[in-house]
Amino acid sequence: MKHRSPAGEVVLLAAAITVPWLLQAAGEDYYIGFATRMAIFALAATSLNFIVGYGGMVAFGHAAFFGLGGYVVALLMEAGIASAWLSWPAAIAVATLSALAIGALSLRTRGVYFIMITLAFAQMIYYTVVSAAFAGGEDGLPLMQRSTLAPFDLADDATLYWIALALLAASLFALQRLAGSRYGRALAGLRQNETRMEALGYPVLRLKLVCFVIGAAVAGLAGALLANQNGMASPTQLYWTQSGMLLVMVILGGVGHRYGGVLGALALLGLEEALGRVTEHSHLYVGLALLAVVLFAPRGLAGLWKGTAR
Amino acid sequence: MAQLIFEQSLNGLQFGLMLFLLAAGLTLVFGIMDMINLSHGSLYMGGAYLGAAAAQASGSFLVGIAAAALGMAVIGILLELAVLRHLYRRDHLAQVLATFALILIANELVRMVWGPQPLMLNPPPALAGPVEVLGFSYPAYRLLIIAVGLAVAALLYGLVGHTRAGMWVRAGASNRAMAEALGVDVRRLFTGIFALGALLCGLAGVLLGPLLAVQVGMGENILILAFVVIVIGGIGSIRGALVGSLLVGMVDTLGRALLPSLLRTVASPEVAGQLGPALASIAIYLLMAGILIWRPAGLFPART
Repeated sequence: MKHRSPAGEVVLLAAAITVPWLLQAAGEDYYIGFATRMAIFALAATSLNFIVGYGGMVAFGHAAFFGLGGYVVALLMEAGIASAWLSWPAAIAVATLSALAIGALSLRTRGVYFIMITLAFAQMIYYTVVSAAFAGGEDGLPLMQRSTLAPFDLADDATLYWIALALLAASLFALQRLAGSRYGRALAGLRQNETRMEALGYPVLRLKLVCFVIGAAVAGLAGALLANQNGMASPTQLYWTQSGMLLVMVILGGVGHRYGGVLGALALLGLEEALGRVTEHSHLYVGLALLAVVLFAPRGLAGLWKGTAR
Repeated sequence: MAQLIFEQSLNGLQFGLMLFLLAAGLTLVFGIMDMINLSHGSLYMGGAYLGAAAAQASGSFLVGIAAAALGMAVIGILLELAVLRHLYRRDHLAQVLATFALILIANELVRMVWGPQPLMLNPPPALAGPVEVLGFSYPAYRLLIIAVGLAVAALLYGLVGHTRAGMWVRAGASNRAMAEALGVDVRRLFTGIFALGALLCGLAGVLLGPLLAVQVGMGENILILAFVVIVIGGIGSIRGALVGSLLVGMVDTLGRALLPSLLRTVASPEVAGQLGPALASIAIYLLMAGILIWRPAGLFPART
């Protein structure tokens, strides 16, 4: 892996930090919440990109971990535990454990069958949650308040944004370090030729499972954040169309590109929001734009810039 | 109890046959071109809307059926020529992105034309009441759906199993490169398959219209079931699609009808009331996961 100067990233991060102040100065406080959503979805899409782009596994059930994270936070709050220091790690833990079980079973299949079986498991979780009365059924589970994260005040929209941004930056950094490590090299080898790696003595199944679980754990954290931003854990966060949306973000941004998830989430949410202001039928144009990307920019948005390495 | 089981078994058969109409096209598209088409459910939704609109305008359910089937066949051909054709050589991810985009477009177009409210589609008045079957009473309209489903299934089976075009289809599903090398024009064949699949989708949409709500999003719910069916049956296999459809239709319908009361005999009513519907909803996914772990390529793998 090439060593690059992180100057560009530092400037971008600094710019992202100033966003709430700029919006407050412009009197557009509504958009702080929108910026937070972007950061959260960027985190979720990045976690999926780790599985799809680095692990080479097309998982179509990422909404399961994303949604479960939200429900863990909501259920714990109902039980009187509002502290994010407890509930967010719990969300990560639940996502991790379910990913361990789902991954261990799903990784016995490959290709299209892997896509379908991850989808099936995610749908099982969706229907289980929707039919459980204690989880609010079809209506979802409202949060009485945001999680508390002493010494920070998450009730303040700007603070929630900064926390989401910090977690996004930290996850990006950690996942990149991981991709550059011995483990990351092994994953890259797996993408190239699984049989050869097996013959070389690498524990292929375990390497892939670890990748799947790491991605799911980060998605659980993103889900916990989204429940805080939305003020509720909702079934749509678990439904297969959410998995599709996250996958679309990753492909749109650039599969396997280090900022593919971030780019895709920003582009898709930004497009939806911008079009939503001028037309009732924004989804029509979002759909057309996505089609255009598939047909004319096969490597995603990140592929439009030449010379950007993984 | 006998009446309930009889009725629910027929309902399961009816639902399974309708799933087969969706799954037949999907499994061939998937099997021959190795193409994931998420927008297959949108064709089903399109059929339901076209059918409902035509039936309302003309006052005849038959006109509705014809409009849905033929209209979707034409739309299917256009879609294949304009968009899907360019995706065959791309990876699954590009196909997921493009066909997900098609779902967004289709939903929005339907909303623009017909508005956000569900449409009403009434069964023909002559079939509105129940009829007597083997001493049990059963809705006449559902019986008609079963008859149509069985007829289409038999027709398709004959078409794929016993005609020259069907032989090409099977050859394409089994090994596309080899079929092409032997002179089968797989591209043109595929436009035909896609049109047929779209026609069947339209038919299923308009037939199920009076039983389910004709609304935006109806395609997404049933699409996943169709995928479950073809994965269970083995991708590319018509026989697999039929067996898978009937399995899924039966397990889903009977599970929903019988599981809650069965659970009540072993658990408290409160537990059964919550666990029953949950178990019934996930039963088909458990079935699929089980079958995939037992036979990773489905029950009737088509590919060599």
